[in-house]
Amino acid sequence: MIQAIAFYLFAAIVIVSAALTITSRNPVHAVLWLILAFFNAAGLMVLVGAEFIAMLLVIVYVGAVAVLFLFVVMMLNVDFAELRAGFVRYAAIGLAFAVALVSEAVMALWGYSAGAIELARRTAPTPDKVPNIQAIGDLLYTRYLFVFEAAGLVLLVAMIGAIVLTHRERGGTRPQNIARQIARRPQDATRNTQPVVGGGIEL
Amino acid sequence: MTSFFTYRLGMPFEWAWFVATIMDILLIALPLMLAVAMLIYADRKIWAAMALRRGPNVVGPFGLLQSFADGLKVFLQETIIPTAANKTLFLIAPIITFTVALIVWAVVPFAYQAPLANINVGLLYVLAASSLGVYGIILAGWSSNSKYPFYSAIRAAAQMVSYEVAIGFVLISVVMYAGSFNLGDIVENQKGYYGFVNGHWSNPLLFPMAVVFFISSLAETQRAPFDLTEAESELVAGYQTEYSSMSFALYWLGEYANVILMCALNATLFWGGYLPPFDWAPLYVVPGILWLFAKILFFFFVFSWVKATVPRYRYDQLMRLGWKVFLPLSLIFVFVISGWLMVTRVGLPA
Repeated sequence: MIQAIAFYLFAAIVIVSAALTITSRNPVHAVLWLILAFFNAAGLMVLVGAEFIAMLLVIVYVGAVAVLFLFVVMMLNVDFAELRAGFVRYAAIGLAFAVALVSEAVMALWGYSAGAIELARRTAPTPDKVPNIQAIGDLLYTRYLFVFEAAGLVLLVAMIGAIVLTHRERGGTRPQNIARQIARRPQDATRNTQPVVGGGIEL
Repeated sequence: MTSFFTYRLGMPFEWAWFVATIMDILLIALPLMLAVAMLIYADRKIWAAMALRRGPNVVGPFGLLQSFADGLKVFLQETIIPTAANKTLFLIAPIITFTVALIVWAVVPFAYQAPLANINVGLLYVLAASSLGVYGIILAGWSSNSKYPFYSAIRAAAQMVSYEVAIGFVLISVVMYAGSFNLGDIVENQKGYYGFVNGHWSNPLLFPMAVVFFISSLAETQRAPFDLTEAESELVAGYQTEYSSMSFALYWLGEYANVILMCALNATLFWGGYLPPFDWAPLYVVPGILWLFAKILFFFFVFSWVKATVPRYRYDQLMRLGWKVFLPLSLIFVFVISGWLMVTRVGLPA
């Protein structure tokens, strides 16, 4: 019973907050509703026993991606009224996307409840008692090793590309050289003198 | 406790589970609040002693009740909400900080296999919950609609995200040694190590990671020397500037609850958690929870010690330490440790 209550609670919050993400006027509020949706989706995943994916969803999306969204939205002062101005112009394209997504969802549902083979395969994706980190790891590092490594490589290239594209060498700055600062001793920088009264010192 | 309610009181299982869980949560949260009050007092006393002052010594014997007097004062103050603030978010922000500081305690093992929730992704849960902590601060900064809190929020977000990267790698090296994400299993895997506190003290591969984790946990909780978010000479009181009364008190409690949590994590991940300092039978007579408390108190003392003695970092130094020192260092150690474990546990590839 508790599971059912939790499921309906999480599911309802996901749907409501997803709807509010689209409709809210303030962009910061929209991002916050999106975060709430992510968070409750993670709750749903815990309920179906995919705790590893749930934690990753929270760490990656809520902890990193959404923070960046929030930053950008807070900094850029995005005006949603301006963005809404072209609603009629883009309505057709939006509708096309909506139809495509809905038909995909329907096809996925058909495929899901298709045959006996599919049902049997679905009942025990991993043996009981195997934590799903281990189950995923066993597959990821054996059968899908090269695909996994290739995905990592693509991400690395993307990251280096982003750095190369945005990095600017600025002339005229005087960056710190930490090693030089640490290596500097008092005797290199200071001098103990005994000047005569009114004599001053040579610099 | 669930079985007590089911068999002794004859409750249906689900109700028994519900009541037992609520009681367990209270059993953790209420002593934690008391500990926060006492540790704020301890923090001030340690800080005062290092500065050759007396510290709080008026309210109650030795000033022991100082935190409660402060709490009462804050409680009786008027809650001021700036007119230009985004009211809902302004009030939600401290609640987020406080809640996030409490929920992580669910997976901390207080004795053998005795956390509130014994989940096998415990360490990931800790990472996930601590990555939520940044929202309390960003929202406070943004919703106050005031420039100093906003600067502070940006600093805090960048700081916490940067140090979480290093913390992630450190945690991976711990997980590789323990072979599990469950905090209870991680502690059990430290059993039998010869070392000062039954941890990885004697392990030259993990000890540097323990140091990196400790320093990162100072940065993650925004304690001195990384307290740039509350740098009072630049930012008034940082993201808390516009807060007053209970909403301010929630930040205060949340901050210290986070500090205690980080001390507990340091103890659990590297210094044997609830295990006694030596693997020697008579020491096991003392309940594990007391060993854990002793270790938490030790780390808290070190936190205060650092606060009293180390000057504040500059912001560029903070970023340099996180990205140019800790990140490469912990990444190298992940490589070295995985190589070492492969050679010692699996053997060299043929």
